[in-house]
Amino acid sequence: MSGYLAGVIAQLAINIVVAYSVFLPASAGLLNLGAAGFVLIGGYVGGAMTLLFGWPLLLAIPGAGLVAALVAFIVSFPILRTRGVYMVLATFAFAEIVGGVFLNIDALGGASGLSVTAYAGLPVVIPVTLLVVAFVGWLLSTRFGLAMRSVHDDENVAMLFGVNLRLVQVAAFTIGGALGGVGGALLVHQFNFIDVQTTGVLFSIYVLLYVLMGGTQTAWGPIAGAIFFTAVPEILRRVSEIGPGFKFLESSRYIVFGVAVVLIMMWRPEGLVTRTMTERLGFRRRRGATDKSTSRGGAGE
Amino acid sequence: MQTLQQIINGLMLGGVLAFVAVAFTLTIGMLNFLNFTIPALFMLAAMTSWALSTTGHHLFGVGMHWLAAMGVGVLVAVAASLVIERFTYRYMKTKYGDATEHALPLVSSLGFLIVFEHLVISLWGTDPQRFELPFRNADLEFAGLIVGLPHLASLLLAIALVWLLHMLLARSRIGRALRAIAENPDCATLMGVEVNRIVPVVFVITGVLSALAGIMYAASYGTVTPYMGDVVAADAIAGMVIGGLGNVWGAIAGGLIVGLVKVLAISTFGAEIEKIPVWGLLLLLLVFKPTGLFGHTKIGKGKF
Repeated sequence: MSGYLAGVIAQLAINIVVAYSVFLPASAGLLNLGAAGFVLIGGYVGGAMTLLFGWPLLLAIPGAGLVAALVAFIVSFPILRTRGVYMVLATFAFAEIVGGVFLNIDALGGASGLSVTAYAGLPVVIPVTLLVVAFVGWLLSTRFGLAMRSVHDDENVAMLFGVNLRLVQVAAFTIGGALGGVGGALLVHQFNFIDVQTTGVLFSIYVLLYVLMGGTQTAWGPIAGAIFFTAVPEILRRVSEIGPGFKFLESSRYIVFGVAVVLIMMWRPEGLVTRTMTERLGFRRRRGATDKSTSRGGAGE
Repeated sequence: MQTLQQIINGLMLGGVLAFVAVAFTLTIGMLNFLNFTIPALFMLAAMTSWALSTTGHHLFGVGMHWLAAMGVGVLVAVAASLVIERFTYRYMKTKYGDATEHALPLVSSLGFLIVFEHLVISLWGTDPQRFELPFRNADLEFAGLIVGLPHLASLLLAIALVWLLHMLLARSRIGRALRAIAENPDCATLMGVEVNRIVPVVFVITGVLSALAGIMYAASYGTVTPYMGDVVAADAIAGMVIGGLGNVWGAIAGGLIVGLVKVLAISTFGAEIEKIPVWGLLLLLLVFKPTGLFGHTKIGKGKF
């Protein structure tokens, strides 16, 4: 496998882990525009663990996740006081503050960033990613997953049926934060470097973009979104190298990409992968719920 | 004296931010739609007017008069805004009956942000460009305090335009229709408001406001880049949230507050710390008052 392809696959895997960190709150009805905050916490804390404390990589990655989870747990209470657009922007504010704090910690490199020596590579990144995917898939199949889905669909009705609203939301936000931390720890050890610029203003926005584009109804959505987001620009780049006729794609591939985003959202407003789609394609026995009345079109629940 | 000068600088930056914040708050208040294409419109207008007025450039280097170039810049942004309306709000409204129940407008507007940013990059590159204006260095001096003329003009224009907007919303027929849509689009349709004809007005206003803000920003600070909208829009969003969603005067107050806090923080603590005061203030405010300073209790709380 060429180094270039390995790089793209590692980036894709990290994008998937980060996508799940936004997906979990989103599937409980909380839009999180603060992915960058948790990625930065995971990256800096994980980097400090291997570089300053000499921890092994396999200890640093869950360690970074735990620290990020703790921070997510603490900030979830003030953030959950707000709702709707206010909450989206409160999470964004959190990410910006985290960026501002790390920019001013000189022990972690400050403005020039943190360089680490421990290298992750595919043998670490791929298993961790698979573990995260399996974990989220399992989580959605539990009673807790069902509770998240009901909170997402209608908070009041969920509460009437005895779902502990606050518990579900805090847990979804906290687990999401943990996954963001894991993603950050993978990121810093894959590229051996992290600074605040790694996650600029648009980072969290793009993560939310590909999670919503992939679809928040099933655990497959973030994978589809991350693949689309990582692979399409790369594929367009390869196409531009075929011949002079495709040369224009070299500079305009992101225009094509943006147009594709708009068109796909018109075609599938609930995201690329929806619940009805996985139920239609699934090998499991169709449940009673997938009769005609609920599975019409891509717009239904 | 130094502090007073910084306060003036902060208010000048706040004027531009207030402009963008009003554009954001209008689309949220009227349509419950966080329009992420506003930074693109901001940048598009500034880059277009720069490209038209610069001589000897490989594309559009026609050396148009700067005022005409700015006019064309605004028109381009308005046209772009109308295209965005077609593919985000109107499409959802006519296909599914409700435009905001799905996350589509949000994601599509991000798609448009990517399209416009890279369109400009592929035309003119990513380098920052100098935007030369004849009155660029025309500063007014009062008792040792320096006020940039472009800054002052933009602040005054901002106040005038927002007052105009306020009158439009409060007094005119279109304004009444817009407020009806903000209250309940279905009910407005029943009452005889042609939603598909009135909603584009919001996008035209958004386009004009963000375009003028972009041009003023470029005129005041003298440089344009394809990414100039991102940071300004983030700060403007902070201003909008501090002021409270859906409230035009709140957006102005919020924009000015953010501008002030930002400039004062940079001059007191240095540039490295600029993000913490602005976003810390926002987070703190939301903890104690989850609807911002002057926000309506209903706006912006619905599901995406």
